[in-house]
Amino acid sequence: MSRLELFTPSADQLIVESLYKNLEQRIVASPPGLCPVDITRAFIELCHAQTCGKCVPCRVGLLHLKHMLTDVLNGTATMDSIDLMEETAYSIMETADCAIGQEAAQMVWRVCRTCRDDFEGHIRNKRCTCTTSQPVPCVTLCPAHVDVPGYIALVRAGRYADAIQLIRKDNPFPTTCSFICEHPCEARCRRNMVDTSVNIRGLKRVAADLAGTVAPPPCGPSTGKKVAVVGGGPSGLSSAYYLQLMGHQVTVYEMLPKLGGMLRYGIPNYRLPKERLEEDTDAILATGIEVRYNVKVGVDIKLDDLRREYDAVLIAVGASTDKKLRLEGEDAPGVVSAVSFLRDISMGSRPDLTGQEVAVVGGGNVSMDAVRTAIRLGAKKVSIVYRRRVADMTALPVEITAAESEGVEILTLLAPTAIELDGQGHVSGLRVTPQMISTVKGGRASVRASGEPDRVIPCQTLIIAIGQNIETRHYEESGIPVSRGKIVTLPNGGFEDIPGVFAGGDCATGPATVIKAVAAAKVTAANIDEYLGFHHEITCDIEIPLPNLSDHVPCGRVELSEREAGERRLDFDAVENCMKETEIAQESGRCLRCDHFGYGIFRGGREKIW
Amino acid sequence: MVNLTIDNQPVSVKEGTAIIEAASSVGINIPRLCYWKGLNEIAACRVCVVEIEGKEQLITACNNHVEEGMVIYTNSPKVRLGRRMNVQLILSQHDCKCATCVRSGNCALQKISNDLNIQGSCFEERLENQEWDTTFPLIRDSHKCIKCMRCIQVCDRIQGQNIWDLEGTGARTTVNVSCNRRIREADCSLCGQCVTHCPVGALHERDDTEKLWRALADPDKTVVVQVAPAVRAAWGEGLGIAPEEATVGKIFDALKKMGADYVFDTVFSADLTIMEEANELLERMSSEKWKGKTMFTSCCPGWIRFVKAEFPQFVPQLSTAKSPMQMFGAVMKSYFAETIGKRPEDIFSVAVMPCMAKKGEAEMEFYYGEYAGRDTDCVITTRELIRMIRGSNIVPALLKDVEPDSLFHDGSGAGMIFGATGGVMEAALRTAFYKIMGRDCSPDAFLVVRASSQETGLTEAAFELNGTELRVAAVSGLANVRALLEDIRRGRRQYDFVEVMACPGGCVGGGGQPQQDGCEMAFERGKNLYFLDSQAQIRHSHHNPDVQKLYENFLEAPLSHKAHQLLHTDHNAWKMPASPARDRNGFVINPNVKLYG
Repeated sequence: MSRLELFTPSADQLIVESLYKNLEQRIVASPPGLCPVDITRAFIELCHAQTCGKCVPCRVGLLHLKHMLTDVLNGTATMDSIDLMEETAYSIMETADCAIGQEAAQMVWRVCRTCRDDFEGHIRNKRCTCTTSQPVPCVTLCPAHVDVPGYIALVRAGRYADAIQLIRKDNPFPTTCSFICEHPCEARCRRNMVDTSVNIRGLKRVAADLAGTVAPPPCGPSTGKKVAVVGGGPSGLSSAYYLQLMGHQVTVYEMLPKLGGMLRYGIPNYRLPKERLEEDTDAILATGIEVRYNVKVGVDIKLDDLRREYDAVLIAVGASTDKKLRLEGEDAPGVVSAVSFLRDISMGSRPDLTGQEVAVVGGGNVSMDAVRTAIRLGAKKVSIVYRRRVADMTALPVEITAAESEGVEILTLLAPTAIELDGQGHVSGLRVTPQMISTVKGGRASVRASGEPDRVIPCQTLIIAIGQNIETRHYEESGIPVSRGKIVTLPNGGFEDIPGVFAGGDCATGPATVIKAVAAAKVTAANIDEYLGFHHEITCDIEIPLPNLSDHVPCGRVELSEREAGERRLDFDAVENCMKETEIAQESGRCLRCDHFGYGIFRGGREKIW
Repeated sequence: MVNLTIDNQPVSVKEGTAIIEAASSVGINIPRLCYWKGLNEIAACRVCVVEIEGKEQLITACNNHVEEGMVIYTNSPKVRLGRRMNVQLILSQHDCKCATCVRSGNCALQKISNDLNIQGSCFEERLENQEWDTTFPLIRDSHKCIKCMRCIQVCDRIQGQNIWDLEGTGARTTVNVSCNRRIREADCSLCGQCVTHCPVGALHERDDTEKLWRALADPDKTVVVQVAPAVRAAWGEGLGIAPEEATVGKIFDALKKMGADYVFDTVFSADLTIMEEANELLERMSSEKWKGKTMFTSCCPGWIRFVKAEFPQFVPQLSTAKSPMQMFGAVMKSYFAETIGKRPEDIFSVAVMPCMAKKGEAEMEFYYGEYAGRDTDCVITTRELIRMIRGSNIVPALLKDVEPDSLFHDGSGAGMIFGATGGVMEAALRTAFYKIMGRDCSPDAFLVVRASSQETGLTEAAFELNGTELRVAAVSGLANVRALLEDIRRGRRQYDFVEVMACPGGCVGGGGQPQQDGCEMAFERGKNLYFLDSQAQIRHSHHNPDVQKLYENFLEAPLSHKAHQLLHTDHNAWKMPASPARDRNGFVINPNVKLYG
């Protein structure tokens, strides 16, 4: 033995490291719907293994917490034991010497308080009432429950049109989602246990690119019922699509000259080319939906008129106005909201920002859209101004990376305090107060002023991208319940005392994703159908190819490539490229087919009707 | 065709064939536990794993399909290790006291464990403890459940009931009554299909043999036993007697040997049922009140439980006739008791039934006109009969044909086929024809309502008799029943008379019949009953001389006041737990499920 030696990890240390890595991946891919008591027991088991053993509360206390949790699971605990468990956890929290015990016990304490019903249920019924209802993780996590393994299998078999048809059973925006879906389906993909999640959105893009024009299925026999849908965005159009397929006659009232809502007027062309959006809207319209363009409900026609004229009315007006910073000078020339900035561009206007400095306030996806659009309009320097850190931004990491690679500056920990104007009253800069990151509140790190002096970020265009609002006034006046700026519906999308009126999408949930809008549309379509006295079934009888029986050799995930940053920042053409043929074969083959293997097969692997 | 090699044998099978079936086609039996063809192909037990050349991972043979050029080994060292280990793991959570298990000798797990020469266990036994109400006719023993899920599948897919479900997550995942209900609170039809599909002793009927033994030993009790038609078609399976040898006369012999005082054939009261039901049908068809409303048969207690729970709006349309079992019990405790000079309370009325719902039916309160306890005091299933015969040291081969006792001696072929789907309908049509036309039809005039295969769920026919149009249907399997009732409810189908049997194929496939692992037996057993009908001397219920005498001497006429008192029931007298809300796929909506997305 030398006096000091260089550290070389031994084989067992390396395997433990890979165990940790595997554990992380496993947690990522944890099946939805597990019993909270059982997961807490597993958690405390791991925590207890981490105990150094020096101190009593952690060495002994965690063990007893584990035993008590096990008793609850085995149905041998009493109601008193919940209190004892809570008290024990609290005591460990307060008396443990280090974070190993303190944090473990704090988690148990929080679970005890939050999930008391689950604990009591176990004890009272001597059984666990949790049930796995939707066994395929990607399908479960997709708000619209699109049959992901089904369409990946069809893509693998080269049956692209069938894939599009299958997706449309649950989501009439396959092409749109292949470009811009936030793909919650990928979050818990079981492939994470082997390597990384399957590129599900990428494979949907393959289907969308290679399927050609796919006609919608024929509509059912006419029911003679008429439905008005207010708003031609993703939620309104999806609901209209399904209602029309069921045999009802739908009329969409759209306040703007074209369909698509935020998909057309919010999302820039380079992310979702307009002609690709129209693939979806054309197929939706091909079902026979009527559209009244440039008609704004509340201005040109009243909700009550629609109620009189139609058997049912769906409000799906989205969240189409902007939130204000509430700083003086916000209405000065050169200051613009992201919503109207992006809408103008989408309508064809191309303001020349050549030589300008542009600042964009906000850290969400809309902010990224605004900065990248500003770059494309020739701005000399484009900066994002954000109160917190990059890690705290709500924008998808890929969007942030893309913006950075196109030359956007990200200025963090700066809180806007004033808008500076020049002699002509035009914006000249944004005054900001430097911040420092601080304590975690509600699960998110907060900020506080760092004490450094304010500074001014010079800009000739200032874009505010801090969120959207919903135009609720007319509806509120018509008796629709509104709270905190949102329309408040029952879980079925309807209202207590207003028969025949439903609402769904952003206007009822607040600004969300396309796929959530589609999910809401399924709910409203189904319940409008029931309200009209029907029980139509939406189904798709495409046969799904059998899975392949190959071994699951770990294999990297194919990412969609993008056009070079230097080239794409000069135009509004699509940024993202599709997969190549060999990539399609490999990536679609990575799907573990949870519809066939594992619990999926138990009930046939798929929800065939809704 | 797909060509492949299994255990070095060339095999050629149709595309889409499961590996397990491809192997079967060349005589290679791949061991399996949870698999049931067409019903449960979920690869849960992992016992049917096979090795495919070029692949590391073993593949289950039950739910994976053949591919061109596959080279498969069903008994390689890797397969043997995996298969034995998985059986050992299952055994570690199974109460292996085979000596006291009702399924000993007819248990898929016992057989596979013996076949694989598993001796002793390498794992500590860890049994699951689940509470169960053992007074209920259907019993689940959590110590024995191997979580093959067949019970869930048959209840969901064949019976459309969704009484069973998986419960809990992780290591504690188990089978239990869905929606956190207890079995007595559930709308279980008691069809018992979960029991006949269970590979082990986890699901069984409440054993009432001791109750019967006590009555047989009681000198103050006159034990009168009836044997249902379908029992004769299956009892031999459990005793190794060939179908043609397993006559009902030998059951009577066995019962007499055990100490029964009188034995009868439920075929008699099936004829009695026809007399009441056929007349009721004609009466309803000619009345304004019932115009356009289907009359449903009422002899299947599983169906009665189902309709009460799930389609209460159809309850008034049920025939008010009691089931043959209950009718028999009623005349045993009245006319029969009187004739032999006994008090009704001295009669202990026993029914040997292919059915578990009959246990429930016998216990239901408020059958009006009941006295001296119940119409039926004890119901035993075919399986319990077999156990009693074995327990009496009776050598089946030495049993002789014994005639049923007098008073209710006679039975027609029409009553015989009550045990098969379409049989009640056919029997009723033979008598309805006579009533309308004033003459007999050929006994084979209504073959069209018979099932043509095990898969037949619904038969339909329409006849014109003397200007009266008669539209009929026979349906079996509760999922088929649900679909039919939905159609009737929505006006998509219209009938005058519908026969319903809860079990697929009728009582021959009943939940009280012997288990045959992996085989649906109803259709084969049904053939047996149709053969007995074809050989019967009397083939029309209305020609049954003892039934005629019963009316002459006691009941006066079908639908008379006395007949109503004894042979009919009030379907509103007892309630079933209501069925919970269901989703579009027929699954009970579980409020405990946390939805995502």
